[in-house]
Amino acid sequence: MSIDLAHFTPYSALAGGAMIGAAAAVLILGTGRILGAAGIFASALESRIGDDRWRFWWLGGLLLAPALARLAWSAPIPVFTASGLTLVVSGLLVGFGARLGSGCTSGHGVCGLARLSPRSMVATGAFMAVGFLTVFLVRHAIG
Amino acid sequence: MSRNLLAVLAGLVFGLGLCLSGMDDPNKVLAFLDLGGAWDPSLAFVMAGAIGVAAPAFALARRRRVALNGDAIQLPTRREIDAPLVLGALTFGVGWGLGGLCPGPAIVDIGFLSVGAIVFVAAMGVGALAHHALGLRLRSPRAAAQDA
Repeated sequence: MSIDLAHFTPYSALAGGAMIGAAAAVLILGTGRILGAAGIFASALESRIGDDRWRFWWLGGLLLAPALARLAWSAPIPVFTASGLTLVVSGLLVGFGARLGSGCTSGHGVCGLARLSPRSMVATGAFMAVGFLTVFLVRHAIG
Repeated sequence: MSRNLLAVLAGLVFGLGLCLSGMDDPNKVLAFLDLGGAWDPSLAFVMAGAIGVAAPAFALARRRRVALNGDAIQLPTRREIDAPLVLGALTFGVGWGLGGLCPGPAIVDIGFLSVGAIVFVAAMGVGALAHHALGLRLRSPRAAAQDA
């Protein structure tokens, strides 16, 4: 293993991370809700009866961010290199897995770890470990 | 401020944070997950920054019952480490490792008008709804009654 110093961006990573944490803080202290992207997305899809309109507003804010980021600092447009099949299979696994495991990278990885939740520590450890293993198999064992 | 206004603000700031940190780029996420190649540790710094800011907010939230807008603060209460939690996280990890995408960044990338992101999020929706449908079928009548 070698560290890719050319692409390592510690300052923007920390600053962007702090913004992600601030967004979670606004949602929990402002409205009493946990910022979990998978849960908000899926609950909006399932159209749970009652007070679910805020989820569409949250998704709207998220969709607006790239336009603002382009204007503010010419944020680069991410390039997708995965095949259509990979996108479909990985999307199915991420969507199903996040619901079965009650959370994703934001719900468990950020909010859960920030709450020191044992469930989130186990979940984050598990999906990180499998993420490392999957990339290793795809890029170095099979690829 | 109303719940919806705070929600749109939280969504916007979350999305800007993803764009600034580069986590909207699946290749940067994969560069973190690739320990066998040229490793980019940025994702760990993103998590450190996010948890560093979120932790005091959750510590405060735990001592309060009511949010600023008057709604009840709803913190998860489950404690048990069970099979669905672990199996779900493992499944999620395989998908995350295959594509370098998780729900937040994938939705943000639709804002960049990325066709790949639309395909991924559509599949993610199907996966989530499949779990929803299965869950309804597997649940006992008693649990369903308690929910209703």
